[in-house]
Amino acid sequence: MINKVVKNAHEALQGVEDGMTFMLGGFGLCGIPENCISELVELGAKDLTCISNNAGVDEFGLGLLLKKHQIKKMISSYVGENDEFERQMLSGELDVELIPQGTLAERCRATGAGIPAFFTPAGYGTEVAEGKETREFNGKMYVLEHAFESEFAFIKAWKGDTAGNLIFKGTARNFNPMMAMAGKITIVEVEELVEVGELDPNQIHTPGIFVQRIFQGTDYEKRIEQRTVTPKS
Amino acid sequence: MALSKQQIAQRIAQELQHNWYVNLGIGIPTLVANYIPKGIDIEFQSENGLLGMGPFPIEGEEDADLINAGKQTVTVLEGGSLFDSAMSFAMIRGQHVQLTVLGAMEVAQNGDIANWKIPKRMVKGMGGAMDLVASAENIIVAMMHTNKKGESKILKTCSLPLTGVNCVKKVVTNLAVLEIRDNAFYLIERAPGVSVEEIQAATEGDLIIEGEIPEMKFD
Repeated sequence: MINKVVKNAHEALQGVEDGMTFMLGGFGLCGIPENCISELVELGAKDLTCISNNAGVDEFGLGLLLKKHQIKKMISSYVGENDEFERQMLSGELDVELIPQGTLAERCRATGAGIPAFFTPAGYGTEVAEGKETREFNGKMYVLEHAFESEFAFIKAWKGDTAGNLIFKGTARNFNPMMAMAGKITIVEVEELVEVGELDPNQIHTPGIFVQRIFQGTDYEKRIEQRTVTPKS
Repeated sequence: MALSKQQIAQRIAQELQHNWYVNLGIGIPTLVANYIPKGIDIEFQSENGLLGMGPFPIEGEEDADLINAGKQTVTVLEGGSLFDSAMSFAMIRGQHVQLTVLGAMEVAQNGDIANWKIPKRMVKGMGGAMDLVASAENIIVAMMHTNKKGESKILKTCSLPLTGVNCVKKVVTNLAVLEIRDNAFYLIERAPGVSVEEIQAATEGDLIIEGEIPEMKFD
């Protein structure tokens, strides 16, 4: 088996430079690559383009990079939870491209699957379709959407082995598997790094072929955005 | 009397059909899950990657790795499943989900809907709404009939940036149940105690009133 293991986030992020485009997994704060984001803050890389469904909250997730003005452009589907984000966007400091969530997911998948573009009905007749090719299939209108290019993808998985095979937990899977396919260099942080042979091949969500570097993550906070509960009766 | 948000949800729940897969948006739509009629089996899909979504967890059992599309902690029922975002939207685009219930800022009589952006004031993003409205077989919009200033949100033409075109077929508001066809709103039911004249006055779009309009019924 090809060994993909690196020591930590610092070693994993070798090659990261100003002006690069990254994909970052996660939905809200669920399944975000916390260690890689901390390391990006530490490195101070700037003028970044980040492809991520959301933009974190003010003091956590991608909000940490926004606060230090490291992001030049965000490509997301929903950014409603972050005041600093809104301030930078309305003042013109931050360039923002909003994309329908399913289109974002499929563009990530297409990137890793060797599909340069595809037609989707989402956004037809709206400002999302402006300037894009449209076409009718079976009486319905569709919009042409393209794959991305991304130098690095930062992925958070639950368990991974030294060959890069990954298993996700709960809804922390979200965008991680497609983004893992799409990065030219895919970096994975895991809660539990195990030896090859310890994961059941039947249960693997992302095969190791998509992963270039993997490391044991540390100090996960796993913040909850909306803590909703049923009271004990 | 105009309906409460709970009653709007309760009225929409009457539209649920046995063995449907349903996606509920944030806000009033989420409440629909509280009013599933007896004898009807429904499985809820959350577009962040969950089918068979259950109620909020018992206090102390919440899991940061198990949330719904509104980022609330939830549970997964027996028989549920978890998947990635591309798979989730394949379910939606591929019309495997039978019903989408979502909120709106404006609806127009041609079936257009606007619910994601107020230029220069609010830009949060469309999330999954554009994918949902572009593909769902059945879309029910849950909304207030008028805005806080008393202006109609049931319009001839939407003024805000659109989420989808020609897609909404049914609207349940605090005042009425409306169906959209032939480029008009058809008044189907009134909220209990609300007159046809009141609904007419609160509706900017073309409203078609055919015969006696019954009141909504709640168990």
